[in-house]
Amino acid sequence: MANFPTVEVTTDLLIIGGGMASTGAAVEAAYWAKKNNLKVTVVDKAAFDRSGAVAMGLSAINQYVGICDGQNTAEDYVNYVRQDLMGVCREDLVYNIARHVDSSVHLFEKWGLPIWKDEAGKYVHEGRWQLMINGESYKVIVAEAAKNALGSENILERIFIVEPVMDGDRVAGAVGFSTREEKFYVFKAKAVICAMGGAVHVFKPRSSGEGIGRSWYPPFNTGSSAYFTLKAGAEMTCQEVRFIPVRFKDAYGPVGAWFLLFKSAAKNAFGGNYMIERKSTLQDYAPYGLVKPIPANLRNYLGMLDVNEGKGPLYMMTHDAIAALAEGLDEKAKKKKMKHLEAEAWEDFLDMTISQALLWASQNIAPEERPSEIAACEPYFIGSHSGASGAWVSGPEDLAPKEYFFGYTNMTTVKGLFAAGDASGASSHKFSSGSHAEGRIAGKAAIKFIVENNTQPKVDAAKIEAMKKTILAPLDRFAEFSGLSYDENVNPNYIKPFMFMFRLQKIMDEYAGGVSAAFTTNKYLLERGLELLNLLEGRFREVGRQ
Amino acid sequence: MPSYVILEKCDGCKGQDKTACMHICPQDLMMLDKEKMKGYNRDPWLCWECYNCVKICPQQAIDVRGYADFMPLGGSVVPLRGSEDIMWTVKFRNGTLKRFKFPIRTIPEGSAQPLGDFAEGSADLKSEFLMTEPASLRLSALPTIKK
Repeated sequence: MANFPTVEVTTDLLIIGGGMASTGAAVEAAYWAKKNNLKVTVVDKAAFDRSGAVAMGLSAINQYVGICDGQNTAEDYVNYVRQDLMGVCREDLVYNIARHVDSSVHLFEKWGLPIWKDEAGKYVHEGRWQLMINGESYKVIVAEAAKNALGSENILERIFIVEPVMDGDRVAGAVGFSTREEKFYVFKAKAVICAMGGAVHVFKPRSSGEGIGRSWYPPFNTGSSAYFTLKAGAEMTCQEVRFIPVRFKDAYGPVGAWFLLFKSAAKNAFGGNYMIERKSTLQDYAPYGLVKPIPANLRNYLGMLDVNEGKGPLYMMTHDAIAALAEGLDEKAKKKKMKHLEAEAWEDFLDMTISQALLWASQNIAPEERPSEIAACEPYFIGSHSGASGAWVSGPEDLAPKEYFFGYTNMTTVKGLFAAGDASGASSHKFSSGSHAEGRIAGKAAIKFIVENNTQPKVDAAKIEAMKKTILAPLDRFAEFSGLSYDENVNPNYIKPFMFMFRLQKIMDEYAGGVSAAFTTNKYLLERGLELLNLLEGRFREVGRQ
Repeated sequence: MPSYVILEKCDGCKGQDKTACMHICPQDLMMLDKEKMKGYNRDPWLCWECYNCVKICPQQAIDVRGYADFMPLGGSVVPLRGSEDIMWTVKFRNGTLKRFKFPIRTIPEGSAQPLGDFAEGSADLKSEFLMTEPASLRLSALPTIKK
């Protein structure tokens, strides 16, 4: 076996992941841990400052309910999510996040996040629930507060967590390896919060060259949360919900500001507006299709029908929107307004999808002059944003129906294992701020669990050794067999991880409703796909890595 | 190819155990060739073009060449990130130049206080209040529903 020394870390609460949910869990858990003399450790595979889906920054906070201003109530948010997800939501979880999320946003502002304000000092809304921000350093700022709460010595970076350690039906920790040194890590903990993001690159991306890295969601969201919770034996939910965002084509720049802030329309290449021309189709999806706002997936579906009928490309009518916003102004005011709009439009990309700015620059696209293509991305599995897949977790005692409450808020069906952000399911539309709030909810609940179950679970050394062997097996396999052929990539004893990924993507794309199948599938395709996935599982044990 | 290191400018962050780009890359792509003392992106195909390596490089030795399978050559987007704001220079393929400056934070780096300056809550593990609630909600009570 590859000679990796084992490093043991014993703590009370282990938070795995480094994104918005993790930073929320860390700042909240640190507070309650201090009051109860407990230790909290964060383990992250990247750098905490720029880890997770907000690594690049964001140009908007998509969940702010504004309860204190009397703008909306938590019930309003539940109604919105139920409508947008066409009924697929746990109302107790959505309500719980909605009643806490404003608190996280108000903290972000105190921590130094620039939130746009109008002349009266009120937040500038992009839409009913969305706030505009100067968010280049959003993640850095939120991580800073967590670091200051927890102490840098309790944040271990560049360690990739693979799977949970179990003590019967209770989680006992996690194992993984350093991405920088030849070290194997064993974490022993009384409770664990899983916040390792969603799953990207399961489906074949639209790009076939270098651009495969330009997924809408980050390529470093490798499905670790799903694997971890599944391996622990947690019940999962909404695994069939594929999230397919429509974005500016190829670089996947955000469309929210264009649709909501700039009031732009999208049209097909023949000038038709699918929201008008295909309105009658919405009746097939009553009641959701008949209530405004029309669910995003139905809006995207209508656009897809246009594309399937050969009416593409679809365009965001950016030039029309900008012209409408500057209409009626005198020359001087118009010039000022255009400059302002231009900065807003470019910042939207530069804050969160810099590639889209580069794409516009490299294709000479000035949004005030010509429209820009939009298209559906490849599918992703995420629990935040408008996805829903993840672990089934307990609701809060005061909101959840009896069968949805199992002792500790956001605990999975496994004792001591909590999930938040992309890792928890059926609580869509939590985005960045809601994921942070959910992390805080889980952080407090996990400390409560530890206080009430304050024993160190047993860890079986033989089982740890077996896990270590399995995790390091690809290195051993490569060392044993790679000398057999001239080209180490072509070997009958293993396939390389990149080819494993391509095979998975091909199966999912063609059988489970990816881009090349126009997002369609059926029972027979899925069953055949499953057969092929089972063969992939066999190969998985044979992946070789130098 | 996404991010790439301009060899002439890179000094391998001399004398440190790891380079700035190695420290920050969320995808763990940046490496240091210790013989040449130059950083490099080991897997451009899985680069997200997040520009974190570009922003953090003390030598401004990293740039991005857009994904070859859909970005024509000739455009560039170059950030200059300071302690309070970020400057962007966007150059079009046709030579058009645009400059933007946006704030990135409102208080000095490192000074974020975990509780903001909100009052602490009830400190009761059993309550539904989080650490600074209800103060940080700017409400007097936590919304709930009658079951």
